[in-house]
Amino acid sequence: MSDYYENYLTIFLFVLVGLGLFGAMIGVARLLQPRRQTAAKLATYECGVEAEGDWWTQQHVRYYVFALLFVVFDIEAAFIFPWATVMGSIADAWAVLVEMFVFIGILVVALAYVMRKGLLRWM
Amino acid sequence: MTTAGVAPHAGSVLAYDIPWVDFVIPLVVKMLVIALLVPLSALVLGYLFLKLLAHMQSRLGPMEAGGFHGWAQLIADGLKFMQKEDVIPEAADKPAFAMAPAFVLVSVVLVMITIPFGPSLNVIDIDAQVFMALAVASIGTIGVLLAGWSSANKYSLMGGFRAAGQLMAYELPLLLSIVAVVMMAQTMNMQGIISAQGGFELFGTIPIPYVVPQFVAFAVFIVAAQAELSQAPFDMPFAESELVSGYATEYTGFRYLFFFIAEFASNFTMAAIGAVLFLGGWWLPWVPDGVLEVIGPFVLVAKILFLVFVFLWMRSTYPRLREDQLQRFAWKWLIPISLVNIGITGVLKVVW
Repeated sequence: MSDYYENYLTIFLFVLVGLGLFGAMIGVARLLQPRRQTAAKLATYECGVEAEGDWWTQQHVRYYVFALLFVVFDIEAAFIFPWATVMGSIADAWAVLVEMFVFIGILVVALAYVMRKGLLRWM
Repeated sequence: MTTAGVAPHAGSVLAYDIPWVDFVIPLVVKMLVIALLVPLSALVLGYLFLKLLAHMQSRLGPMEAGGFHGWAQLIADGLKFMQKEDVIPEAADKPAFAMAPAFVLVSVVLVMITIPFGPSLNVIDIDAQVFMALAVASIGTIGVLLAGWSSANKYSLMGGFRAAGQLMAYELPLLLSIVAVVMMAQTMNMQGIISAQGGFELFGTIPIPYVVPQFVAFAVFIVAAQAELSQAPFDMPFAESELVSGYATEYTGFRYLFFFIAEFASNFTMAAIGAVLFLGGWWLPWVPDGVLEVIGPFVLVAKILFLVFVFLWMRSTYPRLREDQLQRFAWKWLIPISLVNIGITGVLKVVW
């Protein structure tokens, strides 16, 4: 087993450590806490008065727009990271730089378009 | 870690003998240390938060518990939370509601293991380490959204949406400011970035950490980290006065406490990432490696506490931003600034 696999096995085992920590603390708390549940206690909390209407309310579509924008730029970031790692070790440095500028430029134009359309105005 | 554990006839799986000394025993020790470090860092930072904010606002903060300046306040709070009944509302999506804090906690644990605490004190040492730290940090966003969604409560849902919208918007400047550091160091490995900072010298003599050449990225990082941690002025998702704690409204007892443990522990990890990338981590100029081997963790913790102080200082200084101001600030200022910073860094890198 190489270093590579050992490192990723470690990451996986630490997921279990996190879950174990969670489970252990919840378990200890369960031993200490009282358990007397009533219908009123299990009702949805809304500042003390009885909950009004359905919780499944409509949310503004702007969240969706921001989520889409986020996906675009997040993927951009995922592409920039490997480029940033190797950009100094490639012989034709200017070509490497210009290529990335074109890539970032297209996204900046898109961001400017979104801004111009007023989608970032949150109204 | 070495590959010494592989037997000479390693053709079959059965011939593999377990590398106890090289891998398993250190790993178990590291697991115990990290499992302790997560709640411990939350306790220390939570106490600092209470006291620093109190003094900045001309209050005393907790003074009774434990005797000396209320040092045991959070331990007492933790014990109190343990005895509280764990209520899962009738309308909630129960499995999702019960597991949402675990997502947040696992995310913090995974960020914690990416941080190198000394020249040879690291849990993992992989090439895409910075990338992994950022990737697992955003698992926390899923936990928050899940908590808001599964609570079946209008305020929780709104808080969850606001939190997710904010965490997404500010993750981008965070990523892009770190890209500039990766460009300078030419590696995503955190030990590599630290040693690159050790070798980065001004006028060929004075070694300086990346906070000096990358001060723009550092400023963007600090602001974006503040927003990622949902601290004031970016505490819209919590907003006690209008959303009754946002996505955590329906949580009680220890599950509620997990959000706070995760909040303060991620305060610690975010400051640690900042300390490693911009302040040189465990490294100090002109100190030989042998000494750093011993004092490295303390140097790192000192730098972390400095950044935590900056975070808390900002938190107590600025009033809460409105939702639209918050999104506008990220998309119209921070992201363009960090993109321009990447461009300038790239040009300087090639010209140099």
